[in-house]
This record gives sequence, structure tokens and C-alpha cells, in this order.
Amino acid sequence: MSNASSNIPDDITKTEKAAIKVAEPAQQDRREAAALEEGKTVGIPFCENPKFQLRNVEVSYGDTPAIRNISLDIARNEVIAFIGPSGCGKSTFLRCLNRMNDSIESCSVRGSLLLDGEDIYDPRRDVVELRARVGMVFQKPNPFPKSIYDNVAYGPRIHGLANRKSDLDDIVEGSLRKAGLWEEVKDRLDATATGMSGGQQQRLCIARAIAVSPEVILMDEPCSALDPIATAKVEELIAEMSESYTIVIVTHSMQQAARVSHRTAYFHLGHLVEVNETNRLFTAPEHELTESYITGRFG
Amino acid sequence: MNNPTSQAELVRRSLKRRYRKERRFRLYGMIAVAIALLSLLILFADIIQKGHTGFLKTTITLDVELDGELMYLTDPTDRDEMAMADFTAPILAALKAQFPDVEGRAAERELSRLVGTYAASDLRDLLRAEPGLLGTTQTLEFLAHDTVSVYVKHADNPRYTVRLSDQQKQWVDELQARGVIDTSFNDVLFQNGDSREPANAGILGAIVGSMLTMLVTLVLSFPVGVAAAIYLEEFAPRNRLTDFIEVNINNLAAVPSIIFGLLGLAVFIGAFGMPRSVPVVGGLVLALMTVPTIIISSRAAIKSVPPSIREAAEGIGASRMQVVLHHVLPLAMPGMLTGSIIVMAQALGETAPLLLIGMVAFIVDIPDGLFDAATVLPVQIYLWASSAEQGFIELASAGIMVLLTFMISMNALAIWLRKRLERRW
Repeated sequence: MSNASSNIPDDITKTEKAAIKVAEPAQQDRREAAALEEGKTVGIPFCENPKFQLRNVEVSYGDTPAIRNISLDIARNEVIAFIGPSGCGKSTFLRCLNRMNDSIESCSVRGSLLLDGEDIYDPRRDVVELRARVGMVFQKPNPFPKSIYDNVAYGPRIHGLANRKSDLDDIVEGSLRKAGLWEEVKDRLDATATGMSGGQQQRLCIARAIAVSPEVILMDEPCSALDPIATAKVEELIAEMSESYTIVIVTHSMQQAARVSHRTAYFHLGHLVEVNETNRLFTAPEHELTESYITGRFG
Repeated sequence: MNNPTSQAELVRRSLKRRYRKERRFRLYGMIAVAIALLSLLILFADIIQKGHTGFLKTTITLDVELDGELMYLTDPTDRDEMAMADFTAPILAALKAQFPDVEGRAAERELSRLVGTYAASDLRDLLRAEPGLLGTTQTLEFLAHDTVSVYVKHADNPRYTVRLSDQQKQWVDELQARGVIDTSFNDVLFQNGDSREPANAGILGAIVGSMLTMLVTLVLSFPVGVAAAIYLEEFAPRNRLTDFIEVNINNLAAVPSIIFGLLGLAVFIGAFGMPRSVPVVGGLVLALMTVPTIIISSRAAIKSVPPSIREAAEGIGASRMQVVLHHVLPLAMPGMLTGSIIVMAQALGETAPLLLIGMVAFIVDIPDGLFDAATVLPVQIYLWASSAEQGFIELASAGIMVLLTFMISMNALAIWLRKRLERRW
């Protein structure tokens, strides 16, 4: 509390950028602990006119806190990567953005989470509508055990996005094209999706997510079950999609974060330690914890 | 000990012991399976050996002259005359034609006892249906008397006592040699209801009764069980009340079936005033009995649906109900169906609760509705097994075979359905 961290104003929401001087090694541990406790985030956590405005978010599973007082903005059409060691809360935080935590009964979320200025956790808010706007791609490819066509058409069907078969066909084709899968599967749309390769399945899941034209796509370690070639394809896809969608991606691969994202957020034990432009974060991290992590000293 | 060679030696030595253990374990397993298979084999062999004769009937084929004078009958359409007429006489005459030297009332009576008790009434039914046959000679097939049937089928079997006089035995031997007495497939078994006369007793009434009862059970317990399972798994909050419900569902599944019978007697028949011995009450009681098991197996099937599928659907914005109807239910259906069919097969063999609600009555007619008095297969077997006449012994075994056939086909259906539905996914 005594040194560098005390220079940071308490009301962090007013700070565009908080700079922290490197402390003396002897004071480092105490300083780190203090910084973590106060929930200060270094770097650029906020931006103008954000898609998501998240303030003082706290999540706990029963009595165990998972996210401690995190504040962050996510800009429109940006790709933001969440990195950090296992159990740091990045997936939990991601799942707050479309309320996928709802089905876990012990999970409680506090704080203000706004999507386009509207509260995500408003009790009157319809979670179905929210998830139509904020799609999700999961760690393990999880296509429905149905045909390729039905997988992509499922979302538009339940939301009533297509009135005619031809409209639906167009949506399916368009989504598969965007996911870079159309050429591979156009002749076997009736084949069952579970018979595809892992990479194809994951791209199918992406096609399924974009078929309902969401504004945001959340990706929870989308490449962790894929080989490098399939990973490269998905990353290419993310780059293309960033033109029309806001993408939040959780990843364990720092190279991946560096390749695909505009900004990167580093999580540590439920705290958001640093958010910065990706280049900056990987070349000149402002926080020691970030530096330790990206240089491989832990994590 | 840290020496690599000695460690390798230790591993090698322990390997031998481990393999020996494994072999021993496999042997135990094979012995267990062998015992199970052997008991099944002995059971089947015994039942088939005792009961296969139940599928045979003994008949006497006679040329009967439908002589009006002999029967005191001039007009078969006249009801009074039909009621007074003597239909035994032409049959006896036909039998006497086979043995012209039989004289005297005592001998004639013995001779007439070769044909079944209902031979005369069969003849009356024939004339009533076709009055034009009066005065003609017809070749007619009559069921042999129970005692004759026992003699023909089981003359050498010490378990049976042949209640025929030596004279009668001689006649039967003679008639068999002439081809008048013969055995053939017992179609009567599948055409009649129960009867006091083993030769005329059939299992059709019990089959129809069982089917009607199972229909009621299935229609009630499958939807209720599946709906309860879905609610408890997918919608119910986890709290003390649902924990309490869960424990009690498990308790209900373990309640002895006879108690459900008592409940049915008290509630459906006593309080609601429903009739006794009817399939609808039997079905209700068996539904109460099967619902807990269906709930348990359906919940297990729902639990086994991978959560990733649920998440995928939720992630696109499917509502709770859509997740269940579009994804969970289709994936859980094979498991639910298998569980339900197996518990239905169990219910098909259930006897105790049905005894209490009166489905144990002696019922001759084939039931033609849910509110018609009926009995069921296992109860029919129970009734026959406790009957005095020797002819019922083999019928009981035949009934067991019919019941087992139904059960095995239901289990086969369960396996087939599971395989078929699983292949689609």
C-alpha cells in the first residue's frame, strides 16, 4: 500500500491508463499482493463507446470467489484475448458475458455488466435473446449428432430467422462459407456432423454460432483440441470475422493471442492484472506478474 | 534396490504373481457365467420337457350319423327341441360302430367316456349353426376325454396316473392303431379362455387380459415416468424438497409389489368403486409399481447425455424446453425405452398385486374391453398349477413357455430399439 500502487487513484474508472513503476525486488511481493487486493488493472482496460462495459464484476462459486472485482471494456469489432494460468477465472469471466454460468446453481455474479448499455444480468432480461446476440464456441468441438445442414440451421430455425427453405439454405451456405467450410462439405450436407475431423467440427461450430448473426462471439479455448493446421485455419477465420463481429477469445497459447487479438487481458487468481494492446503486452508488459507469465516463469 | 537390473528382476517376479491373479479372476468370472447359463438351461429344459405336450391335443375322429330319431330332434331351429334333444346318442353310436361287440349299459358308459365332456355340446353348436346337417353323416373331430389324453401322451410317465379301466385302455390302443385317436397341434390353447376341462382350456383369455393390462400400464407409466424424470433432472431446483422426493422415488421402487396390490384394492376398488378383476385396475396398479423404476432409468439416461450438447444448444440461444426436446430427449430416448420395456416385461410377469384386486377369478370368456373381467398370464399359470386335474400340469408349463416367449420378445425389442435408435446418432 505504501509505494507505487498507492499512486494509482482509487477510482480506476476515471483512469484511461495506469502506469506502474517497477518496484524494488524486495518490495515486489508485497506490492503485487497489494495491487491484486485493490483490484487495480494496469494498461488500457477502458475505451470509448464500448460493446461491453463491465464494472466491479465479482463471481463466486458458493463461498469460493472466482473473479474478484474486475472492470473492463470490450470495444466494438475488436478481438480481445484472455490469457492466464489455469484456474485464473478467464473462462468464468467469459461465460458471464452470455450468462452461460446461469445453469451452475452455486454461481453468483455481482457488479455491473452492460452490453450496449443494457444490463446483462437484469432479471427481466431474456437470456435466449442475449445468447442470440452473444454466440459461443466451446473448447471441445460439440456439434449436435445431426447432419451438417441441421447443425447450422438449428439456430436460425429456433429463432425463426428464415421463413422459407430457400432462406434457410442461404443462411446455411453463407455461414459455412464464412467459416471456410463450404467447399469441404457442400456435397455432403446430409452427412452426420460427428463424422467430420476435429478441425472441421470446430469450424462447423463456428458456422453454427454465426448462423444466428450474433454481434459478439465468445470463444473458450477454441483450438485446444485441434492440430496446428486446423488451428491455423481457425485463426485465419477469426481474423476475417473480426471485421463484422466482436470476438472474445480465451486461450492458453500466448502465440495464438499474439497472432489473432488486438488487445490481450492477463488474468491471475481471479484478478485482471493487465490489459494492453497485444503487441505492447507481449513486448513490454507493465506488470511483473504479466512479465513472469509471458516469459514462462510460471503458469 | 536402486540397481536397475535388480529392479527389473523384481518387476519380472511380481509380473508372474499379477498374471496369476488375473487368470484366477477370469476363471471366477467364467465360473459365474457358466453357473448362470447352466441354471437357465436347466430351467428351460425342464419346462420344455414337461410342457411341450401341452401344445398337443388328443382328438377322436368319428363318422357321426346325425340321426334325428336317435336324438329326438326333428327341427334344429326349434329352441325347445334343441334343449331336450340327446346329442350324446349319435356320438355313442359312432363309437359303437367302431366296436360292434360292445353290449350292456355299463360298457356303453365306459365307451362314451372316451370323448371329452363337451363333445355333445359341440355337436349341438354344430347343428344350431347348420341345421341342414340333420340326417346326414359327418366326419367329426372331437377332443378326447382328459383321461384318454393323459393315457395317450403319458402312458409311461410315472408322474401321471392313468384313470382308465383295462377295457378302455384296450379300446384306446385299438383306436390309435386305426388312426381314430390321434394327437395334433393344440390350437384350442390359443382359441379358448379358461375351462374346468383341461382339454378345452385355453390361454387366449389370459393373453388378451395381459395385453390390455400392459396397455393401460404403458400408457400411464411411460409418459408420467419420463415427464417426472425430465422435470426432476432439468427443471426442478436442487433443494430439500427435491432431495426428499428423490429418496422416496427410490423407496417406492423397492416397495414389494403385493403392497401396491393392497393399495389398488383399497383405493381404486374401495374408494373409487372401480370393478374388480378388470384390466384397467390391474393396469393402474402395475403403473404405480413401474413408474418409480421408469423415473430412475429415465433420469440415468438423461444424465448420460453429454453436457457439451446441452451447452452447445444453450450457447445458440435455445430455451430450456428446446434444449430438452431437441437434444436431451432424442439422445436419452434409447436408454429410456430400454429401461421402460424391461420394467414392462417385469410387470407382465407380476402376479401378487393382481391376485389382490381379483384378477385371479375363473374367467371363461375372452375379455373384450378394459372394463371386462379378465385374468393375466402369470395368474393363469398360477391357477392351472394349483388345479387338481392332471391335464393342467402340462398346460401350466405350456403357459410358462408362452409367458417366457412374450418376455424374451419384449427384451429383444428393447435391444433392437436401442441399437436402431443409437445408430441414428
